[in-house]
Amino acid sequence: MQSDLRALARRIEPGMRIALPVDYAGVSMAMTGPMIRHGAGDLHLVCVPTGGLQVDQLVGAGLVRRVETSAVSLGEAGGAPCFNRAVGEGAIEVRDATCPAIHAGLMAAQKGIPYMPMRGVLETDLLAHRPDWRVADNPFAEGEDPIVLIPAIRPDIAIFHAPMADRAGNVWIGRRRELAAMAYASAATIVTVERIVDDNLLGNEMSAAGTLPALYVEQVALAPRGAWPYGLWGEYATDVGELRRYAAAARTPQGFGDYMAGFLKEAA
Amino acid sequence: MTAAVHPREILIATIARLLEGTRHVAVGASSPIPAAGAMLRRALQEESGGAPLRLSILGSVEHNFFTNGSAELFDCAGQRRIDAFFLGGGQVDGQANINLVGAGDYPRSAPRWPGSFGSAYLYFVVPRVILFREEHTPRVFVDKVDFVSAPGVSSPHIHRPGGPAALLTGKALFSFDKARRGFALESLHPGQDLAGVKAATGFAFAHGEAPPATAAPGARVLALLRGRVLDELSETYPDFAAQMRSELAALDGVPALAS
Repeated sequence: MQSDLRALARRIEPGMRIALPVDYAGVSMAMTGPMIRHGAGDLHLVCVPTGGLQVDQLVGAGLVRRVETSAVSLGEAGGAPCFNRAVGEGAIEVRDATCPAIHAGLMAAQKGIPYMPMRGVLETDLLAHRPDWRVADNPFAEGEDPIVLIPAIRPDIAIFHAPMADRAGNVWIGRRRELAAMAYASAATIVTVERIVDDNLLGNEMSAAGTLPALYVEQVALAPRGAWPYGLWGEYATDVGELRRYAAAARTPQGFGDYMAGFLKEAA
Repeated sequence: MTAAVHPREILIATIARLLEGTRHVAVGASSPIPAAGAMLRRALQEESGGAPLRLSILGSVEHNFFTNGSAELFDCAGQRRIDAFFLGGGQVDGQANINLVGAGDYPRSAPRWPGSFGSAYLYFVVPRVILFREEHTPRVFVDKVDFVSAPGVSSPHIHRPGGPAALLTGKALFSFDKARRGFALESLHPGQDLAGVKAATGFAFAHGEAPPATAAPGARVLALLRGRVLDELSETYPDFAAQMRSELAALDGVPALAS
């Protein structure tokens, strides 16, 4: 199993733009260790639309150049220690966004169009610090109507965790449609799953409706409890105690290093 | 003699009151008190035979209608399908600008907070945004935020159907006057006085000479809150619900409204 995950991690090249899902949608924590061992750095992380433990660990491991996100935190366990430290030291670039702007950018990529307009955002400091976001006049309005344009976000690779895939590589994502949105927008998608089933997920309408077709999925690997310490919807709950242990440990670089040494040893 | 009321019950009941007349309320992540307030509003509306209230509690499975991923909340809001939402912030200023990004000079903010989430959009499009922050101190309620995640008011030519309706803190309730671009003190929670609230607030606000006390919930509301609402809440916020229950149990024999 670990060799499969290491093979997935080898798809990541330095400088790539990597899309990662929000903490409740299906984070492939199982890939974090292999990604760190693989060591491809200078990454541009796109959080869909916010980030948590995985982002914090990748930043702490020094693999990240830029984080494009609407927020990064450990939820109930508090702030993201490595991310916050890196921001304070100026060690990473943050492209602060707002959730629907990330969705808009992915949607533009999905449709193969250069940008997507969205409401809100005007006269914010977010806009002031995002020269890549533009303001245009709504050409359909009778009067003045400025509207923000979000450029397409085209990640190189999307990585997430889901309950199941079938032998053909179709992945069941249920109602977590942001996982599909990530996959549609990304050049390639790699997925870890709790289990691989023999039935064809596209073979009946009930499961087909919640299935991301193999068309978008480059590789699938088995990783039981692969979201841990995050939970996976319909499968298991978040291990808040473990998140708190991490949050306490990672308050210092030394503590983060010690925690990750144990974590990487377990994943070996 | 009135029953002992937990300070957070005042907040929850006040939120339920602020949501009167809504049909669909959304509550963001990590917001147990707003979620409880919205659940109380739903229970009250159901009991009185009023129009049903739809809730979308992020992080809940039972109290969430969305099936189109995390974009659906924003799509819904953009079409006016959501009447009320809650926002907070590490800093809130007197013009209702909110900062969820960090204190000090951006980008190397110290401390850095999680980020703006959906605020830069929802504040514009949801008609009744309730600003909620329990901590009422001068470091939260500042004269001017260090970073505008979302502005309290917008220039006249900007499409802005939504915005702040109220600010609820651990000490007081304020309303927001869009024309004057400022807050007005509506009521003080039990145990608070005007001088104390002024000292704890880094911006000036309008107020009467003797502001009224925030209404305490009556027996019927408390019964719903302590029963059905905490039951419903415990699905999404088990720790918070359990803590409320144990603190409520400890209220017995404690002087009412002690703070």
